[in-house]
Amino acid sequence: MTVVAAGSVPIGAAPRPGRSVAWWGMLLVITTEGMVFAILLAAWLYLRASSPSWPPAGTELPDLRLTIPFSFVLWASSIPVLAAERALARGRLVAFRTFMTVAWLMGAAFLAYTIHDFQALHYGWRDSAYASGFYAIVGLHAIHLGVGLAMVAVVVVKAALGRYDRGHHRSAEVAALYWHFVDAVWLFVMPTVFLLGHLR
Amino acid sequence: MTVAPPGPASQDAPLEPLETLWHDRPGIIGFLTTVDHKRLGIRYVYTAFVFFFMSGLMALAMRAQLAQPDSHLIGPDTYNELMSVHGTTMIFLFNTPVLAGFGNYLVPLQIGARDVAFPRLNAFSYWVFFFAGVFMYSSFLIGSAPSGGWFGYVPLTSSTFSPGLNIDFWGLGIVFVGLSTTAGSINFIVTIFKMRAPGMTLNRMPIFVWSMLVFSFMALFAVPAVSLAAGLLELDRLFGTAFFVPGSGGNVLLYQHLFWFWGHPEVYILFVPATGMVSMIVPVFSRRPLTGYLWIVASLVSIGFLSFGVWVHHMFATGVPLLAMSVFSAASFVIALPSAVQFFAWIATMWRGRVRLGVPMLFCLGFFFIFLLGGMTGVMAAVMPFDWQATDSYFIVAHFHYVLNGAVVFPIFGAMYFWGPKMTGRALSERLGRWSFWVMFVAFNVTFFPMQILGLLGMPRRVFTYDNGLGWGTLNLIASVGSVFFALGTGLSLWNWVRAVRRKEPVADDPWEADSLEWSTTSPPPEFNFAALPVVEGRHPLWDATPLRYAVGEGPGTDGLTLAGAVDRRTPVTEGFVTRPQEDLWIPHESWVPVLTAAGIAVLFTGLLVSAGLVLAAGIVSVVVAAATWAWRTEEDLP
Repeated sequence: MTVVAAGSVPIGAAPRPGRSVAWWGMLLVITTEGMVFAILLAAWLYLRASSPSWPPAGTELPDLRLTIPFSFVLWASSIPVLAAERALARGRLVAFRTFMTVAWLMGAAFLAYTIHDFQALHYGWRDSAYASGFYAIVGLHAIHLGVGLAMVAVVVVKAALGRYDRGHHRSAEVAALYWHFVDAVWLFVMPTVFLLGHLR
Repeated sequence: MTVAPPGPASQDAPLEPLETLWHDRPGIIGFLTTVDHKRLGIRYVYTAFVFFFMSGLMALAMRAQLAQPDSHLIGPDTYNELMSVHGTTMIFLFNTPVLAGFGNYLVPLQIGARDVAFPRLNAFSYWVFFFAGVFMYSSFLIGSAPSGGWFGYVPLTSSTFSPGLNIDFWGLGIVFVGLSTTAGSINFIVTIFKMRAPGMTLNRMPIFVWSMLVFSFMALFAVPAVSLAAGLLELDRLFGTAFFVPGSGGNVLLYQHLFWFWGHPEVYILFVPATGMVSMIVPVFSRRPLTGYLWIVASLVSIGFLSFGVWVHHMFATGVPLLAMSVFSAASFVIALPSAVQFFAWIATMWRGRVRLGVPMLFCLGFFFIFLLGGMTGVMAAVMPFDWQATDSYFIVAHFHYVLNGAVVFPIFGAMYFWGPKMTGRALSERLGRWSFWVMFVAFNVTFFPMQILGLLGMPRRVFTYDNGLGWGTLNLIASVGSVFFALGTGLSLWNWVRAVRRKEPVADDPWEADSLEWSTTSPPPEFNFAALPVVEGRHPLWDATPLRYAVGEGPGTDGLTLAGAVDRRTPVTEGFVTRPQEDLWIPHESWVPVLTAAGIAVLFTGLLVSAGLVLAAGIVSVVVAAATWAWRTEEDLP
């Protein structure tokens, strides 16, 4: 029994625990990072609109033969992350680690493709504003993917060391959210930078 | 059976061990590692004011140069450096961080929380701001301060026309300090939505908290643009990319679009919290609740949205298509409306109340007068034909000083007098404060009013001198004399503050008989802010129900509300709207990680500045290690 002293108000807990502050914080990181990509893509389109030809004469168009399949690999990597989140909510830590490792490998494959793509280009970032924009936008996405890979690696190791259980896994939730963001950004970058170049 | 503690007054006995539980380590170690939002908030304010006074001295040097025609007192190169660093400092290193500092100090106290949502991120924000300021000012030591204006327009700032490190200090510094604003904004938003005391629904939040919420959302959407403007400029300068090189398909106007897409919202990012301060001070000194609370909240939010639709009015003279200019001109008129709504709400509050002329209120009244003029000249500049005549003239210099100095710095000084006693626990001299206000107010107008006339007479801005025969000498001399007195006026307030801290004259917990929760704590507040969390039952907790009532947990997972939470360094996370407690947030102890991460970023930027691969690599490695340590030690996971 609780005796309430004068000047006190009894306050009950909320029916559900809700998302952690860390999750909300990551959502806001994503908001501002999404704005970075939105502005970069707008700048790319602005440069395109003010140029007589895009890409400039003599510059090769983006090669789609590898880009399209690897894009699907990246987008599909959100599926094992979703499965890993479900596994974690049910306390199945081995399944969580397995699914996250699969996603990590898919992301790493995409990063390897990006590096290969840069090496295969016949122009450098100094050659034109088009080239600068291509390297900057695709490169910035690759950096974000690298950060995502590092986060997932930390989370997998933490899980392996038994630092999570059914109710305690904030950093895993945050890493998963960030991973979805990196995939979603590519939904905008790939059409704008790769496909639109082929539209004339 | 538990007997709930009603409030701090009856808890004298348990307070003693609490203090030791929350106390930072003494000395320099505690200074570097603290995560207490109050220590960090005060430090933000102090650091920002150091930059304010340095930047003010630069302004005095420029006014000395401009006092007479054909003067060669400091010469064109130094003048360009002073002008660029003065503007950059006032925007990036004074106004933004000083408001963030007040937000840091006040938001948790006003919403009834024991700290912010991310205390270590908060320390990180401060240290990034500190290192970014040191980074930019270190340019003076090697004699190559930024000289391309606070706006850094290309092609003047390209490596072709500005070789040397001057612009690199600026461009990298802008990207650097942007990290601080972004991290701070994330912290504010989550704190405001998830940490409010029971009963503080959104429609009971103090207006200052609302203004910090709008500030933070605007910063999250606007700062990326200026970081990209400066970042792409630095890519051009350091790595030879071609974003702003017309010969290679680049576009110099793109830079202006990026800069002003941030630049105009930034004006309101500063203005909104300043008006938030005014909306806190005016009701207290009118001894009645604020008139039109909902109207003011709606104004703040609509300013937040509209401010993203006005940036092209900085570019009317650059050849933007007429239709686009018309749209932006119209939006620039419309944004005057929510400001006017606030203005009338303040007038109505004073009209229906009984006004006391304390020093904070004097600064608010001065703000009304100055902001009215600054707002009017702003509407004039939104008219395209007028803008084509006035742009790049001293009329614009007068306008933005009326807005950014008058309408932001005056409320900040009002806030220093209003919340200063709470922050330091020391009484400021009312007499010195009055002197400071009147000297500042008169000198402000003597300095900046003549600039409007000079602008209409055709005096261009951004020039280090002017010809004798143009007849601008007298007005410039008046402005220069005014600037000396303005500096003296601010100096009086500085002296007042130093004197108060040294005299150690204690101050009451609620010296102004104010209404919001920070006044329910001691002056200065204890490290844990609230032993038991207050329960908010109206918009004015200290006016509505006296004495204030405190929360007692009912059922499992609610003891963070009470003394038990304060003992274990916990603070409740509450629902975004209904504010029932959901779980407890553990408030971390002091940590080296924030300051070391910020230092690592400083090394990284230094490596970029001097193009030294080894330094850059060292910076990257230390940031990665620090970030991994941070991610590894999240206390929410199993211990």
